Amino acid sequence: MDTHNERTGRSLYGLLAEFDSATELVDAARAVRDAGYTRTDAFSPFPLHEIDEALGIKRSILPYLCFGGGIIGLLSGIGLQYFVHVIDYPIIVGGRPHFSLPAFIPPSYELTILLAAFTAVFGMLFLNGLPSPYHPVFNVPRFALATREKFFLLIQADDANFDYERTKGFMQGLNPQEVFDVEE
Amino acid sequence: MHRRLVPPMVEGDHTFATVTDKISDVTLKKRTPFGWFIGFGISFMVAQLLLFTVVWLLINGIGIWGNNHPVMWAFDIINFVWWIGIGHAGTLISAILLLLNQKWRTSINRFAEAMTLFAVACAAMFPLLHTGRPWLAAYWLFPYPNTMGIWPQFRSPLIWDVFAVSTYATVSALFWYVGLIPDFATLRDRAKNKAFKFVYAILSWGWRGSARHWHRYELAYLILAGLSTPLVLSVHSIVSFDFAVSQLPGWHATIFPPYFVAGAIFAGFAMVLILCIPLRHWYNMKDFITDTHLVNMGKVMLATGLIVVYGYAMEGFFGWYSAAEYEWFMIHNRVWTGPYWWAYWLLLLCNGLSIQLLWFKRFRESEFWLFLISVVVSIGMWLERFVIIVTSLNRDFLPSSWAMYSPRVFDWTMFIGTIGFFFTLLFLFVRFVPIISIFEVRTLLPQANVHGHQQDFEENVNEVEYTYDRTDPPNPEPAK
Repeated sequence: MDTHNERTGRSLYGLLAEFDSATELVDAARAVRDAGYTRTDAFSPFPLHEIDEALGIKRSILPYLCFGGGIIGLLSGIGLQYFVHVIDYPIIVGGRPHFSLPAFIPPSYELTILLAAFTAVFGMLFLNGLPSPYHPVFNVPRFALATREKFFLLIQADDANFDYERTKGFMQGLNPQEVFDVEE
Repeated sequence: MHRRLVPPMVEGDHTFATVTDKISDVTLKKRTPFGWFIGFGISFMVAQLLLFTVVWLLINGIGIWGNNHPVMWAFDIINFVWWIGIGHAGTLISAILLLLNQKWRTSINRFAEAMTLFAVACAAMFPLLHTGRPWLAAYWLFPYPNTMGIWPQFRSPLIWDVFAVSTYATVSALFWYVGLIPDFATLRDRAKNKAFKFVYAILSWGWRGSARHWHRYELAYLILAGLSTPLVLSVHSIVSFDFAVSQLPGWHATIFPPYFVAGAIFAGFAMVLILCIPLRHWYNMKDFITDTHLVNMGKVMLATGLIVVYGYAMEGFFGWYSAAEYEWFMIHNRVWTGPYWWAYWLLLLCNGLSIQLLWFKRFRESEFWLFLISVVVSIGMWLERFVIIVTSLNRDFLPSSWAMYSPRVFDWTMFIGTIGFFFTLLFLFVRFVPIISIFEVRTLLPQANVHGHQQDFEENVNEVEYTYDRTDPPNPEPAK
């Protein structure tokens, strides 16, 4: 697979097609998936639920990570209070037992939520590979419109089915506004 | 065409591009309006009162306030509860209404969340400064191994409060920031000014709107909403535990947690209305913050206000039905024989009577009346905390320890100073951050529907064959 661009001397990252509407993007994504491409991505100015199914995006493991984060928060909350009030500095207050579980619920509850929320946000960013100030698609000037109004579909050059001429022809057949070469 | 089952949430003829431009131009393009400088200037000057008071407080100690024995908790806790209650509407709008699939939350959630953050910042100052020397208080507020070998008392509601409020502040900030990432990317791509572009690029973390990213993003957003919902309910419940767990008549009541939560949402929606009515005028955002939004907020205020009034009724009922001498005395003292009886009646007037106007469409649909009622409710909710705290404390079990409480000048400068601080932060927010969530408003447009399916909407919407005509001009030829 020779994806080197002789003119600029830079290697090709993939092909990017621009669409005007969400419907066109989803239809094109279905066609791309049916054609057997797997190293693909779509870009839209807002979340599109249909695209997950059209591109074959699997459900993320993020919810399980959050659950784990919450459990760690809960255990560390109870563990901290157990350590403080039973092991390190046991003192009787108001005739209550050293391990006064009902009174320990609110801090444990808050720590559960805190750690689950941290996991949700930083887990999402981590799984997304963010922050990434540079990405090859940013080299296409029109791509700045992806955060405004336009929809883009990418087929990466490292896809097993990728062939520059054939894939470009295929993408032009999807009726896009334009197909761009994305250079690394 | 697509039959609308609900009133439109975006008015006017908008496309993705016009929505984006209209909201982001407030930050990027338009000259900062002269009124902004006036508003910011006044707020900033008022905030200096806070700075001055805090410095004076740290030099002299909390003796500069009017707190006395037996009213040892006074303006600090009144203002703390007042501010933190205001914050609750932001989280309610961003989290609970998201889970309930209420589309109208979309255009008000951004600044409601900002309001939450700033209100919590103001709230947190009061208990911290009430310790007099906050840097010495750290060891009994936060569990860290210190050289004295002592720990916080986890059986105390005051420590629960520390955990609840700090978690609330953190999670609200995360929620707000996550919502901002795609909009910062929009600003990055649209900014002409190099410095702005750089800052927004950093803040957007290199967001590029990839479908895989959106997928995880939406999951994370939904999870955060799911986590914030029990969080927001727990925060004001725990704030109410500060009172309810004690043994004092007037505080020791099981109705407190739900009654406080309802009061918080009530006060918070009043503040959202106070902020968004001028905002939609000044920034010409009536297309996004429509009259429907105002009407809905009026309805929420009415509903939560009625719960609060029920709380007042129950307090009276408990005082009588408990047949406990001190409980019944407290009610007497609060309502007619005590020195602060006027505060109680003023409170009923502000929180009970004024909202009855909202039953009528005429008042719900009038900006003027909504604004006026919101101001009255904000005052009423402040009075509610004053009544709960001061009238319960100033005449306690022993008549020999009774004393009157009146705030001194530094109580007022601190309170007014936090209002200035709050508005200073809000003016900065309005200037540098998109005041409405751009990417979420895009999803409300009919163009966002794939094959005529509205994003995330009920199935019984009429399904129509999707047709489009390409009216946009084709892309210009790329420059060679």
